[in-house]
Amino acid sequence: MATLTDTTAAAGGRTRALRLILATWSWVFLVLILVFFETWARIETGNTFLLRTHNLQAIAIAASQTLLLALGLTLVIVASHIDLSIGFVTGLAAVTMAVVIRAIDPAVPPALSLVLGITVGLAVSLVPGFVNGWMVARLNVPSFIGTLGMYGIARGMALLVAGGATVSIRNPAATWFGNQHLYGVPFVVVMTILVTLAFHYLLAYTRFGLHTYTIGGNVEAARRAGVDVERHLIVLFLLSAFTAGLGGIVYTARFSAGAAQAGEPLLLYAVAAVFIGGASLTGGQGTIKGTVIGALIIAVIQFGLVFINVAPYWQFIAVGAVIIVAVLIDQLRDRLHVGSPA
Amino acid sequence: MTPAPGNGPILEAKSLNKRFGGIHAARDVSLHVMPGEVVALAGDNGAGKSTVIKIIAGVYKPDGGEVHYQGERVDQLTPREIRDRGIETIYQDLALADNLDVGTNLFLGREKVKHLLGLPYLDRKTMRSEAAKALEALGIVVRDLDAPVRTLSGGQRQALAIGRAVYWHARLLIMDEPTAALGVPEQREVLALIHRLKESGVGIIFISHNLHDIFAVSDRIVVLERGRKAGERLASETDGDEVVKLMMGGA
Repeated sequence: MATLTDTTAAAGGRTRALRLILATWSWVFLVLILVFFETWARIETGNTFLLRTHNLQAIAIAASQTLLLALGLTLVIVASHIDLSIGFVTGLAAVTMAVVIRAIDPAVPPALSLVLGITVGLAVSLVPGFVNGWMVARLNVPSFIGTLGMYGIARGMALLVAGGATVSIRNPAATWFGNQHLYGVPFVVVMTILVTLAFHYLLAYTRFGLHTYTIGGNVEAARRAGVDVERHLIVLFLLSAFTAGLGGIVYTARFSAGAAQAGEPLLLYAVAAVFIGGASLTGGQGTIKGTVIGALIIAVIQFGLVFINVAPYWQFIAVGAVIIVAVLIDQLRDRLHVGSPA
Repeated sequence: MTPAPGNGPILEAKSLNKRFGGIHAARDVSLHVMPGEVVALAGDNGAGKSTVIKIIAGVYKPDGGEVHYQGERVDQLTPREIRDRGIETIYQDLALADNLDVGTNLFLGREKVKHLLGLPYLDRKTMRSEAAKALEALGIVVRDLDAPVRTLSGGQRQALAIGRAVYWHARLLIMDEPTAALGVPEQREVLALIHRLKESGVGIIFISHNLHDIFAVSDRIVVLERGRKAGERLASETDGDEVVKLMMGGA
């Protein structure tokens, strides 16, 4: 059976080295931009960029906001789908929570009204998630189009719920939840870390996660292996809407106000984080670890550009450019992964 | 593993019928497979070969007829239930997830799980080593066990698909064009593999366009033509010309 031995090993160490670089470029990139901003800060201000608690907190919070949307999205993209609705699902959850709290404050204690606001906000965000999953799984609507439609619907719903304006709240419990620190670490960051760990466990260590990869790699293989693909897809879109909803909750708590456009820039950032993190447009690839790095890169770019006094609009341009680079790298990686056909 | 010969067929399909709209894709097709026997299913495109195997695999419910497997009627079961009973189909596209490694592919849908503090987690190590053993038993060495299977050669992938079936104690293997996508040396390896499976008492339904392959491995040849059974011959008592004639609706 000598003919059936591994032929790719012969491809040599050079490809292997290149593959390693392509697999780890996002880490390298993160370090490079940190070095860049640190150097800039030392030269221009004579001060440190990185070692300031305030800066680190700001980066961690920005990364958390992106990450919350990107967590569920990672699972959806691994299954070779996309969820474009999350930006406005975030907005919908944010305004719903604010409207509920506004309606019942101060008749009920602040903590209770916060809990009710969060619960209703998250519950409402699950509705577009379910409809997304149902469209994709049962009606075979391409997720790109289906969730783009839901992007519009969620946006309109959020604006309707908010009455077209920002809904401010005055709830001390919400302010506490949104701005309190735990040994210097913002509470919302702690919460995001916990949710991230849960998603990492789900994707990397459970049968559910493996089936998500299988659906992304070969949906027929998943079906033949007995995976209930339809149910699985619905759960994925529910999870995606859930983390987007969490993003909205965090927004309302941080700013004591819910806005329909709470998640608007975050959709771009979340998609970028997932692809920078090593996910592939063809599905079957991507990790939570990678997405975390992606979210950190974007947060550092976001905050760093503000820090060096560049007009904030450059953030979009920089993040957009990084997405394109990430996709190019993904293509290069695909080309190197392909083994000999026979 | 080795069944007593003469125990009767491991699989018996009786007068299978299947219509898709106006098309009568299978009409009164009957066939049986003995343990350790390779039955070739021959026929032109659209002759009904894949309809018949999909009925046996449980993908289609027949409109008429019955399938009996090891004494049990199975034609109303789900594909999963049929697979669990030991009928494995190896499709042309192999049903492998290219992005996963050999271990998870071997265990797809039946993953090994361990627990830590009550939390279940995938036992990738065991799955990997079991896959290595299963492949080794078929004479295949995969160097990089945690690489995605898309990096394997066509022959290795074929062997993995077959190894998966055997690992899960398949008693009847349905192989749909197993040699079609392979180079000549790998075709030969797969045919050798079929001989080895046969010796261990596995029944095999072998679908192929390639008459050379059909005669190289099969004991019996069932020829389909436009949904009907055009003929059935022992491989030792017929030749390529006769089979082709049957496939064309002659003879």
